[in-house]
Amino acid sequence: MSDLSAFRQPVVQAARPELRAVAGISQNKLRIKELSFYYDRTRALKDLTFDIPERRITAIIGPSGCGKSTLLRVFNRMYDLVPRARAQGSVLFEGEDIVTTRRLLELRQRIGMVFQRPSPFPMSIRDNVAFAPRLLGWGSARVKEAVARSLQAAALWDEVKDRLGDSATSLSGGQLQRLSIARCLAVNPEVILMDEPCSALDPIATLKIEDLMVELARDYTIVIVTHNMQQAARVSDNTAFMLMNQAERCGELIEFAPTHELFNQPRDRRTEDYITGRFG
Amino acid sequence: MLTTAAALVAPLLVLAIVLVLAVQSAPAVTRFGPGFLFGTSWNPVTLEFGALPFIVGTLASSAIALALAVPVGVAVALVLAEPGARGLRGAVGTGVELLAAIPSVVYGVWALYVMAPFVYLHVEVPVVQRLGWIGALSGPPRQTSLFTASLVLAIMVLPTLGAISRDVVRAVPKGLRESAVALGATWWETNWKVILPAARGGIFGAGVLALGRALGETIAVTMVIGNRPDVPASIFAPAYTLASVIANEFTEATGPVYPAALLELGLVLILVTFAINLLALLLVRRSVEPAR
Repeated sequence: MSDLSAFRQPVVQAARPELRAVAGISQNKLRIKELSFYYDRTRALKDLTFDIPERRITAIIGPSGCGKSTLLRVFNRMYDLVPRARAQGSVLFEGEDIVTTRRLLELRQRIGMVFQRPSPFPMSIRDNVAFAPRLLGWGSARVKEAVARSLQAAALWDEVKDRLGDSATSLSGGQLQRLSIARCLAVNPEVILMDEPCSALDPIATLKIEDLMVELARDYTIVIVTHNMQQAARVSDNTAFMLMNQAERCGELIEFAPTHELFNQPRDRRTEDYITGRFG
Repeated sequence: MLTTAAALVAPLLVLAIVLVLAVQSAPAVTRFGPGFLFGTSWNPVTLEFGALPFIVGTLASSAIALALAVPVGVAVALVLAEPGARGLRGAVGTGVELLAAIPSVVYGVWALYVMAPFVYLHVEVPVVQRLGWIGALSGPPRQTSLFTASLVLAIMVLPTLGAISRDVVRAVPKGLRESAVALGATWWETNWKVILPAARGGIFGAGVLALGRALGETIAVTMVIGNRPDVPASIFAPAYTLASVIANEFTEATGPVYPAALLELGLVLILVTFAINLLALLLVRRSVEPAR
C-alpha cells in the first residue's frame, strides 16, 4: 500500500470532472439518484447519489456487508430474483429509469453481468457464448460471428478456437471467467457489471482479467465490485467507497472520486482509515 | 458389535427373501424353464403357466403412468424450487406431500368408484370415438383397464417424482440461474434451456425411482386394472400385473406347481425392481453430488 505511484495512473484528465467540457451529462452512462434499497423491511442501501461515466472503469469498494453487491444488482435488476426486495429512487440509463422499467430482458442484454464464480452452462463452449444471441433469435451466421468476436474480445479465442464443441466445464477457472465475459459480450452490451470477478482466481489469472478489463473499457462502461483495494487502484478510473452506517445498519456512499484522488487525497476521514488499513 | 449385527439384518433379510423365493419357485422353474417368461397362457386347471401377460401388464402400466406423471412432476419441481412465489410453493408442496400420505387402498377405492367412471365418460369414450382407428387406442372403452390403472399409478408416484426432482433442481448451482437471467433469459428460457439440462440426470433418476414404486404397487392397481391374463391389445383393454395376480390367487393356489409359479412371478418382479432401483440410485447420486 505504500507505493501508490506504482498504481496504474487512470485516465486522469478525462476522469476529473472539473476538467471535462460542459457536456458532462452525456458522458454519464448511469445516473444514480437518491437510491435506497430494501430487502423486505430491512434497508440495505440509503440515499446513494453519483454518476458512472461512460467507457470508464468504476470500482465500488468497501468492507463486506456494506451493500456493494446489492448496488451492482440494482443496475440490471437482478434483485428481482429475491422475493420482496425493492429499490427506491432512480438510476437513469440513457434516459430510462432502471428502477421502474418494464423492459427487463432488453435491459439485461444492454447491461451484462459477470459473477464472482463462473457458471458455465452444461453445454459446449460455443453454445455458452451463443446462448444470449440465440435468445434474441439471431441467424446462425450472425451467431457464429458473435461467438468468434466475443471470444476474441475476451482474449480466449486462441485457447479454445480448435475445441469450440468441447464441454465448457473442461476449462480452467481463469478461462471460465473469461468465458463468462465472452458470454455477456456476445450481444454487444453497453455496460458490464462485474461482481468480484477475480476473487476465485489465482494471481496470474487475475492479472489477465484485469488487463482485459482495461482493454474492454475502450468500448464498454465497466462497473466492478471488489474487496481488493489494490485491484481497484490498478484498474479503475473512478472509485466509490461505501460503508455500513452502524446506526441504521445500511450501506452508504462515503466518497466517490477519481481513483487517484480517492487513494492519494481522500476527503473523508473514514475513506482514509479504510484505505490505509486502519478500518476496524 | 451388536450394532453391526443389527445393521446387517436388512441386507440379510433381502438375501433370505430372494433365496426362499428361488427355492420355493424351483418346481415351476424346472418345469417351464425360460419358456415361463414368454408363455401367454395362464391356466391353473391345465397347469399351464406363462408370465408374459403379467410382465407386459406390469411394464406397460408403469411406463404409461410415468409418461403421464413426469411432465407434472417436473412442473411441480420447478415451482417448488422457485425462490419467489412462496404462497404457491406452500400450496403445491403441501398438496403433493399429502398425496403421499393417502393409503393405496384408498386410492384404489377412489379410483374404482370416482375416477374410473369419470375417465370412462370424459376421456375413454371420446378418444375411442375419434382415435379408435389407432391400434393402441382402440375400443371398446372400459372402466377397469390398463389406462385407468396407469392413471391412478401416475397420481401415486407423483410425490416421489416431485420431491426428488425438486431436490435435484435445487441442487443446480444458483449461479447458473443467475447467469441465465443476467443474459436476458425469461423464466421459461432459464428453466428449459439451463436448469433442466443441468438437472437432467437427476430427474431421470427420479423417474426410475418412481418406476420402481409403480412396478410393485399392488392393491390400487388390482382394483382397477381389470385382472384379465391376456397381453392387452389396447390401453383401454383390461390387463393384469405381476403383483396383482399374486395378491389375487395365492389363497387358492394348491398343489406343487401352482404356488411355485406364483412365487416365480414374485421373483421376476423383485429382480426387475432391483435392477431399476439400482440404476436410479446410481443416476441420482451422480447428478446430485457434484452440484453441492
